[in-house]
Amino acid sequence: MMPATLIAEQVLNGLQFGVMLFLMSAGLTLVFGVMGLINLAHGSLYMVGAFACAAVVAATGSSYWVGPFPSPGVVAPPGSFWLGLAASLAAAAAAGALVEVTLMRRLYQRGHLDQVLVTFALILVFSEGIRWIFGAFPLYLDIPPSLGGTVPLPGGLDYPLYRLVIIAAGLAVAAGLFQLVSRTRLGMRIRAGESDREMIAAIGVNIRALYTAVFALGAALAGFAGAVIGSITSVEVGMGEPVLILAFVVIVIGGIGSIKGALVGAILVGVTDTMGRLLLPALFATFLEPADAAATGASLASMLIYLLMALILFFRPGGLFGKVA
Amino acid sequence: MTARIASTAVVLLLLAVPLAGTVLDEPWLITLATRVAILGMAGVGLNLVLGYGGMVSLGHAAYFGVGGYVAGILAHHALEGHPVLAWPIALGGTDSMIVIWLVAIVCGALLALLIGCLSLRTTGVYFIMITLAFAQMIYYFTVSWPAYGGEDGLPIYLRNSLVGLDTMDPMTFFLIVFAALVVVIFLVSRVVRSRFGLALTAVRQNEARVRSVGIGGFRIRLVAFVMSGAITALAGALFVDLNRFVSPSMLSWHTSGEIMVFVILGGVARLWGPIAGAALYVFLEQVLGSMTDHWQFWVGLLLIAVVLHARGGIMGFTSGRRSDDG
Repeated sequence: MMPATLIAEQVLNGLQFGVMLFLMSAGLTLVFGVMGLINLAHGSLYMVGAFACAAVVAATGSSYWVGPFPSPGVVAPPGSFWLGLAASLAAAAAAGALVEVTLMRRLYQRGHLDQVLVTFALILVFSEGIRWIFGAFPLYLDIPPSLGGTVPLPGGLDYPLYRLVIIAAGLAVAAGLFQLVSRTRLGMRIRAGESDREMIAAIGVNIRALYTAVFALGAALAGFAGAVIGSITSVEVGMGEPVLILAFVVIVIGGIGSIKGALVGAILVGVTDTMGRLLLPALFATFLEPADAAATGASLASMLIYLLMALILFFRPGGLFGKVA
Repeated sequence: MTARIASTAVVLLLLAVPLAGTVLDEPWLITLATRVAILGMAGVGLNLVLGYGGMVSLGHAAYFGVGGYVAGILAHHALEGHPVLAWPIALGGTDSMIVIWLVAIVCGALLALLIGCLSLRTTGVYFIMITLAFAQMIYYFTVSWPAYGGEDGLPIYLRNSLVGLDTMDPMTFFLIVFAALVVVIFLVSRVVRSRFGLALTAVRQNEARVRSVGIGGFRIRLVAFVMSGAITALAGALFVDLNRFVSPSMLSWHTSGEIMVFVILGGVARLWGPIAGAALYVFLEQVLGSMTDHWQFWVGLLLIAVVLHARGGIMGFTSGRRSDDG
């Protein structure tokens, strides 16, 4: 039998994963809901955020700062993570706004095929551009010292403080986003833009500025997620793509355009994936050889969220909270 | 230039490069042309759903990879002498290309049937994301399944055999691939001109009308999707024979994107378009790749420019009209 603390820990890990997926999915679903745009390059904005954070932390921490990235082997004193986090928001929002103004604008009237192609090409440009600037090696970004260590939780579980803060921060962002969309003037315009873009342009809303703002907002959320997750994993080229595809799964499950759907879908995907990786090998171990059980369990666990998606799709083609597909 | 001349030019170019490779004794040119023919064939598969049927599948790496793994696994078992399956029926490996092709086609078709049944219930952005997600599922499966090399992939040491030909000879293998490509394109040309092909184009243009005359849109789409998966799987099997190696990277979503790029660069709904697109892509990869490590950066910019300004691709550009109606 598995200890309850292990299960509780994995549930929290799943929750943390899900909350971060929400930050990615929220931007995607907003951009699709308002502008009707499918943006494959959303993962690149996640990567931009992570790299901006790592570069700023390195720059503020080291007096040996000579180039865009610290020399390998030199252990730099930790810089300011908070400045890095601010930089990640700013860089991703700026990159998003730039991309929106120069490219995306031309794509709103085009079909999804053109959108897929241009944003796919953008991934090549972003990934190769980052590799050009920072080199091919991953950067390491440490969690801020003030958030290191673990916190004792009831039930005898010591859980990393940083991950708890991520969960709290993610939920806070989710709450803020709901407030923004449902209570503010910008949110009102966003919702109006979702239902009838010609009409809100006709009544004098600057639709171009609105689109740029929405895109930059989504980009900033992605960049934030990149910086926060980059300090648990590593900061490398291509880090955004697996997350992007998971965000797609989240959106398909939750229903395109629905922020509530994105939140529910993200947590569902995060917890299902994490728990599957824990429980499936254990489940198979009850009737298979240990080595076979580990292999079968791991392979099935890696497919689990897609099977979940297939299941939901079968019963609700429009997703849990979506309009009819 | 008319479309026919553009197609002829593509075929002649595809034949001329390996010929030049033989004359100049530069066998890598032959390999390059073989690669173009195989990648182009994968594009021909996608073109059937994307160009003619208007279904934007971003998951064709799944069929390419499954075809590849069929070739890899059967050849692996033939070499090792272990059966693929001992139970419920004994099933051995094989190094016969014909058998491998057939199995790849069947597996590709079955997978496309399964994925198509689910994903074709949706349209638009959902369809794009779902095809991508299912392809990713199979990618992760191959990465985490250790029996056939997992992430490291599976080498096959000899090319598979075909009726006593020396398949390790680059020119012989190129001609096999070229013949397969011609057969595939011939069949596709018959399909798109058939009643079924007309219905497929009609479903793309106006599904409601097609339904109102009593043709089921879902069925037409599904059949096209299955054919498309089968063709792309065949290309995958050939690709593994070319490289004598199969790995999950064939299934990565970059592969799906690249297959789509071949179709777009060449011009959608043109029979030979994907071959022209694959040729241009491989050419750029070679030329830009020899100049800079960051060739993908420039390919990305170029692709953006093509999509924004040169719709219709190479074939559309050279033959001077849009390809909306074949």
